[in-house]
Amino acid sequence: MTGELGQLSLCFALALALVMANAGILGAQAANGTARRIANGAALGVTVFILLAFGALASAYLASDFSLRTVAENSTVSQPLVYKITAVWSNHEGSMLLWMLVMAFYTGAMVLLGRGGERITSAALGVMGLLAAAFLLFILFTSSPFMRLDPAPFEGNGLNPLLQDPGAAMHPPMLYFGYVGLSASFAYAAAALIVGGAESEGWARAARPFMLVAWMALTCGIALGSWWAYYTLGWGGFWFWDAVENASLMPWLIATALLHSALATETRGAFRAWTLLLAIAGFSLSLIGTFLVRSGVITSVHSFASDPTRGFFILVLIALAVGGALALFAWRAPSLQGGTAFEPVSRESALLLNNIFLIAACAAVFVGTLYPLALDAATGQKISVGPPYYAITFAPIFFALLALVPLGPRLAWRKGDLKDAIKPLYPSLGVAAVAIIAVLALASPRSLAGAGAFAMAGWLLASSVIEIRKRKGARVAAFAAAIAHAGLAVSLIGIAGTTVWRSEALVLVGPGETLTVGPYTLRFNGVTQVDGPNYRGSRASIDLMDGARVKAAMHPELRIFTAQGQDVSVTAIRTTGLDDLYLALGDDRGNGRWTLRAYVSPLAPLIWLGALVMALGGGLSLAGRLRARAPEPKAAPAVAMAAE
Amino acid sequence: MTAKKRRRLYFAGAVLVASGLCAWLIAWALGNNKIFFYSPTEVTQLHVQPGVAFRVGGLVAEHSVAHGSGAEIRFVVTDKKVTVPVVYRGVLPALFREGQGVVATGALDAGGTFQATDIMAKHDEKYMPLEVVQALKKSGEWQKGGK
Repeated sequence: MTGELGQLSLCFALALALVMANAGILGAQAANGTARRIANGAALGVTVFILLAFGALASAYLASDFSLRTVAENSTVSQPLVYKITAVWSNHEGSMLLWMLVMAFYTGAMVLLGRGGERITSAALGVMGLLAAAFLLFILFTSSPFMRLDPAPFEGNGLNPLLQDPGAAMHPPMLYFGYVGLSASFAYAAAALIVGGAESEGWARAARPFMLVAWMALTCGIALGSWWAYYTLGWGGFWFWDAVENASLMPWLIATALLHSALATETRGAFRAWTLLLAIAGFSLSLIGTFLVRSGVITSVHSFASDPTRGFFILVLIALAVGGALALFAWRAPSLQGGTAFEPVSRESALLLNNIFLIAACAAVFVGTLYPLALDAATGQKISVGPPYYAITFAPIFFALLALVPLGPRLAWRKGDLKDAIKPLYPSLGVAAVAIIAVLALASPRSLAGAGAFAMAGWLLASSVIEIRKRKGARVAAFAAAIAHAGLAVSLIGIAGTTVWRSEALVLVGPGETLTVGPYTLRFNGVTQVDGPNYRGSRASIDLMDGARVKAAMHPELRIFTAQGQDVSVTAIRTTGLDDLYLALGDDRGNGRWTLRAYVSPLAPLIWLGALVMALGGGLSLAGRLRARAPEPKAAPAVAMAAE
Repeated sequence: MTAKKRRRLYFAGAVLVASGLCAWLIAWALGNNKIFFYSPTEVTQLHVQPGVAFRVGGLVAEHSVAHGSGAEIRFVVTDKKVTVPVVYRGVLPALFREGQGVVATGALDAGGTFQATDIMAKHDEKYMPLEVVQALKKSGEWQKGGK
C-alpha cells in the first residue's frame, strides 16, 4: 500500500510541478497576480506530495517491506534502525528521491520567505517547477524507488558495508543540500533574466540565503566525505583528487566565487552579468558532478547506476538546463544596467581577483578530472592525472588567493587605499614572519613549503582576529566573514601538518615485535579472527608503549564482507587533538606475520575543524540576514491559498 | 575615455591575462603529469623508458608471487602474451590473488623490472578493473566470465 501511495504522490507532484512552472513564469508579468497565487499554491502542493512520497519510502524501509525492490536490495530486518533510515538514500533510486525532498524544502522556503519582489519569486518558482518536473520525470521513468517484487523475498540484501557508517550516512544529504541549494540560486538568476529591468535587481539579495545554505552544506559535505575517506580507506590521506571528490569540490569553488561576487552585485550593483553567469555555472557543475558520479562513467562506491538510459537522461537535462539558461542570458543580459565605476584598488577589484583565482582553481580541477575521460572517449588512450598535477596547479592558485584574503574586506568600495588597508595588518605580517622563522628553526624535517603554509595561516588568523576586534558591534556580515576566513587558516595548518610532517612506517611484523613511528613505539601482539554476522574479520592487537609500560591498546581490523566480497579496513586512530596515530592492518604474509601501515599525522584533526569553522561563519552570516529583515507580509496569501 | 569604458577595459585585461596564465599553467602541468596506462604487450612494443611513470594492468601470473625481505613482494603481470616483472613494497589489497586482475602504478628500473608504488586489485569479487578487461581483449585472451 505504501508503495502505491508513494508512486501516486510522485505523479501528483509531477502534475503540480508542471502547473507551478507554467504559472510561475506567467506570473513574472507585472499584471498577472492570479498566476502568482496559483504558482505559490502549486509550489506548496509539490512540497507536500514529495514529503508524502519520501515518507512512504521511509516507512517501507522501517517496516522492512521487501516487496519493494529497493528495500529488498538495501535493507535487512536486523539492520540497526539508523541504517534502515540511511539506506533510503544509499542507492540510486532513493538518492534521487532525497534530491527531490531537498528541492521540496528549498521550494517551500522560497514561497514562505518570498523575498526579492513577487515577480522575481514567481519566475524563480517557475524555474524550480521546470527543474522539479524534469527530475520527477527522471524518477518516474528510469528510477522509481517504488517498484514491486513478486514474490517478495523474506529477507533483504542489506546495506553496502562501506556505507554502514555515520560519516557515509550523513554525507549524501549534506551534499544534496549544497547541490540543490545551487539550483535555487540558479532559479533566482534565471528569474532575474526573465523579469529584467529594475525589478530584477533584488535577485542577488533574494538568493543569498540559498547560496549561504548551499555553501555551508557543501563545505560540511566535502569535509565529511574527506574524513570518511581518511578513516575507512586505510591510506592515511584525506584527499585523493579522485574524480568523485573533485565532482563535489568544483561546485564548492564556484559557490564560493558566487558568494563573493553576489556581494558586490547586491551592495554596489557591480558584476551583474558575471554573478548571473556564476549562478548558472554553479548549478551546471552540480549537474555535471551528479552525472560523473552516477552514470557509471567512473567506477567507484558511488556509481550505483549502470543503466545507460539514466546517464543519457542526466546529459539531456544538463544540455537543456545549461543551454536554456545560457540562451536566456545571451538574449537578456545586454539589457542589464552596468554598475558604478570602480578604481583598480577597491573592494570590487579584490572581489574580482577572488573570483579569477577561484575560477582558475576550478578550471584546474575540471581539466584534471575531465581530460582523461575525454581522451579515452576520443582516442581510447587511457591516462590518469595524479596528485602532482594538482600540486603545481591548484595549490599555487589557491595560495595566491589566500594571500589576498585579509586585504579584501579592508578596502573601501569603489576606491580604496592600499596603504590604509595594510597598516592595521602590520601585526599579521609580524605573526607570519615569526611563523616562518619558528617553523624553519623548530620543525624537522625542515620544509620551506611547510613554513610558507604556516606563515600564510598566521597572516590569515591574525588578520581575522584584528578584524573581529575592530568590527565589534559592526555588521554581523563582517564578523561572519572574518570567522569563515579564520576557518581557512585552520584547515591550511592541518593540511600543511599532515602533508609535510607525516611520519609513516610500512612494516612486516610478527607477534611480539616492536616498531616505531614518529615519537611512538608500538608492540604487535598478533591477529585473531573475529567474525561478524556478515564478514570475516582479522583483528590485530597492538600496544602503544610508554617505556616498558602499556599505555594504550589499539585494534586495527580488516573485514571481508562475504556476500559482497568487499574488504573494509577498520583503522585504529588515537588522536591527541594535535596529532593522530593511525594504524591500518595490511595483508597476511604467513606465520603470523602481517604488513602494517602506521602513520603519525601532526595536526590532522584541524583539517576538518577548519571546515566546521568556515561553515560556522556561513551560519552566522545567514542568521544575521534572517534576523535583520523580518519576513515580508507577502507570504500570507500563499499560506491562505494552500489551505483552500 | 569614460570611467565606465576604462573599467570595462580593466576588467577585460585582468580576465585575459589571468585566464591566459592559468590556461598555460594547466596545459603545462597536464603535459608533464599524464600517467599512461599500458598492457604488458604495449610496454614492450613502445619501449617505455626507465623512470617514466605509468600504469600497467593485466593478470597476476600463476605461481609468480614471491615474498622478499620485509614487506617486499615480487610477481609477474601478464596479458597472456607478454609478461612484466613487478616488485612492490607495501600492503597488498585483500583481493590480490594469482590469476586475478591487477593494476600497478610505478616505473621501470634499468633492469626492466617494474617498481610499483601502488597496487590496485578489483574492488569486489564480481568485477575486474575495466582497463584489465580491455588490455586482455586487445591481446585476444579475454574469455567472458573466465579468469
